Amino acid sequence: MTEAKKTPLLDELEKGPWPSFVKEIKRAAANSPSAQDLLGQLELSYVDKKAHWKHGGLVGVMGYGGGVIGRYSDVPEQFPNVEHFHTVRINQPSGWFYTTKALRQVCDVWEKYGSGLTNLHGSTGDLVLLGTKTEHIQTIFDEISNFEEHPMDLGGSGSNLRTPSCCAGPARCEFALIDTLDICHDLTNEFQDYLHRPMWPYKSKIKISGCPNDCVASIARSDFSIQGTWRDDIKIDQEAVRAYVAEGFDIEGLVISKCPTKCMSFDGNELTIDNANCTRCMHCINKMCKALRPGDDRGATILVGGKAPILQGAMMGWVIVPFMKLEPGSGYQELKDFLEDCWAWWDEHGKTRERIGELILRLDMRNFLRGIGREPIPQMVVAPRANPFFFWWPEEVEQD
Amino acid sequence: MAQARTDIGPPLYKDMLPPVIKENYGKWRYHEILKPGVLVHVSESGAKLYTVRAGSPRLISIYFIREICDLADKYCDGYLRFTSRHNIEFLLTDESKIDALIEDLKAMGIPVGGTGNSITNIVHTQGWVHCHTPATDASGIVKAVMDELFEYFTTMKLPAKMRIALACCLNMCGAVHCSDIAILGIHRTVPRIDHENLHKLCEIPTLTASCPTAAIRPNPKLKSIDIKAERCMYCGNCYTMCPSVHIIDAKNDAVSIWVGGKISNSRIGPRFSRLAIPFLPNNPPRWPEVVDAVKKLVELWAANAQPGERMAEWIERISWEKFFELSGLPFTDKHIDDFTLAQTTFRSTTQFKW
Repeated sequence: MTEAKKTPLLDELEKGPWPSFVKEIKRAAANSPSAQDLLGQLELSYVDKKAHWKHGGLVGVMGYGGGVIGRYSDVPEQFPNVEHFHTVRINQPSGWFYTTKALRQVCDVWEKYGSGLTNLHGSTGDLVLLGTKTEHIQTIFDEISNFEEHPMDLGGSGSNLRTPSCCAGPARCEFALIDTLDICHDLTNEFQDYLHRPMWPYKSKIKISGCPNDCVASIARSDFSIQGTWRDDIKIDQEAVRAYVAEGFDIEGLVISKCPTKCMSFDGNELTIDNANCTRCMHCINKMCKALRPGDDRGATILVGGKAPILQGAMMGWVIVPFMKLEPGSGYQELKDFLEDCWAWWDEHGKTRERIGELILRLDMRNFLRGIGREPIPQMVVAPRANPFFFWWPEEVEQD
Repeated sequence: MAQARTDIGPPLYKDMLPPVIKENYGKWRYHEILKPGVLVHVSESGAKLYTVRAGSPRLISIYFIREICDLADKYCDGYLRFTSRHNIEFLLTDESKIDALIEDLKAMGIPVGGTGNSITNIVHTQGWVHCHTPATDASGIVKAVMDELFEYFTTMKLPAKMRIALACCLNMCGAVHCSDIAILGIHRTVPRIDHENLHKLCEIPTLTASCPTAAIRPNPKLKSIDIKAERCMYCGNCYTMCPSVHIIDAKNDAVSIWVGGKISNSRIGPRFSRLAIPFLPNNPPRWPEVVDAVKKLVELWAANAQPGERMAEWIERISWEKFFELSGLPFTDKHIDDFTLAQTTFRSTTQFKW
């Protein structure tokens, strides 16, 4: 092992109450030359105020086109053990629930072939193994996919379906309106080919939240945001409402006056909700979860187009499907058909590195809706257009 | 070792769930926050699930993972989970074990908190640890900010929840574009072009198409490209496409601060984060200017927001001009949008405050 270099700048980040990533790198460095050189190279970055990784890097496993992010040091003569320092993405179980056995077996493999450093988890959701050499990548995959219990597969990278993720859902939340974990697992398995073998114009992400609180930030971080919702009345337990009030809870100030549609009232005894005008923002239910519950006619709203700024500016997904039933055990065929229709249209028309949200803006919503066979409805917009520059389809006007 | 088995997908989540969850799956009735970092979920059957939420630096070693597995074995029959903000959650059925678990976590230097009206973990990215395009580091700033705001992780004394996120370049991996406070690495200089090697390493049409402001034109004479400097706003996407276009500039790369984003639909619905501070220096290892700016914004909001009002709601109530007045932050030409939807952010009304 190379001699440990001094790291005075990073040492400063071992101080203070928040758990220190520097301590973690040092713990790994005690047994791993690559973690030790990572520490040295990071110290150099702190001195130089810039990254010391070369551009890009294409590595992978047999049979797949993604799942591993190649990375090479630009100062390998100083830090030979991070000359290769590739990242392996492992597909996490739905909701990031683990047994210790599942995690320990990953640690054992990573101790043998990697730096001993991880990210739990990457922003998309994957269990990230941080730093290994090219020659170990296939072995790591061979071993994790052959675990006797809880065998694991790689997650996604590149112009493909990325690893779907979901909130804790019905496993541990009374607000869950769809079975987020089951949907996430089902879609991930249904679309394994799209996930492992990039074949699209660009990346495509799916995130699933059990209710409009959107605890996996699906509206901002996925091309397909699937959020649980309901169509019937919020269920009110008036006794429980009165109990909140009796305990001194400021129902007027914290709930009634904050309702975005002002569809609630409390007469001192009974809480009334005009459900036809409720937009299901979750605020009242969040504040009084012992008294208020979502309705029983449950499904999901699907929003399309969320992404970060590159290239046409950041976008949050917008409503395409206001309501879709997603009963557990149904096979989710309607959802799968919808996704396939969207991907087919995007794959046909999308330019290289054009996310579906950008394509919809370039070719217009009307073409997108026709392309996937859906009717326009007012729920898709916050307001109708204000300019008169609208198109007609040829069949809508009289032809000569 | 046998050959890899392909297309098997993730391990089945059902095999990862503790018995109390399996038995009460989809039957939860309500939840309460018992104290900072401790939740109880009560089922229709009356069964109770206790959750102890603990902070994590996200970048962790296998030794850290094994230690939290030891705790999960000791207190939770071997079950645990991670949150969408990289916290660790221990899932217990025995209420009497909660405090012992918290003591063990404290002894390991792992704080318990991140629930309710707190500042929970900072969603962040790779930075200088593993990425080739960053304008700043991720782990270092996150550590420095969380050290400073630590008391807000372990308490619930803020007016509402506060989400902080960091991205080391404006690819904005993570949640920077929709967080109450966002820390974003930025470049400030036009890329330098390695004309000699560009045609060997890069696809020129892809490169020209990668520019949001169409600043890149082919230069057939040199088999390379030219960048119109006055149109370039240093996003670095051309470098992502082509290693011969160098965007990283240690002297000028910096950090910007954004405020007022949110994801949830509660009350006002989702909002983008908006520019508050266009430039703060990269000052490792502790980034004091960034830490100070974030802390001041948290404290300003906490002192002025009404109960339940997140950053976006507070600013929308008082107006942006009052936000700049109260924060003392200079308003500059950088704050005025000049991209595709700029006009939608201009003020087409005489309603404003002096």
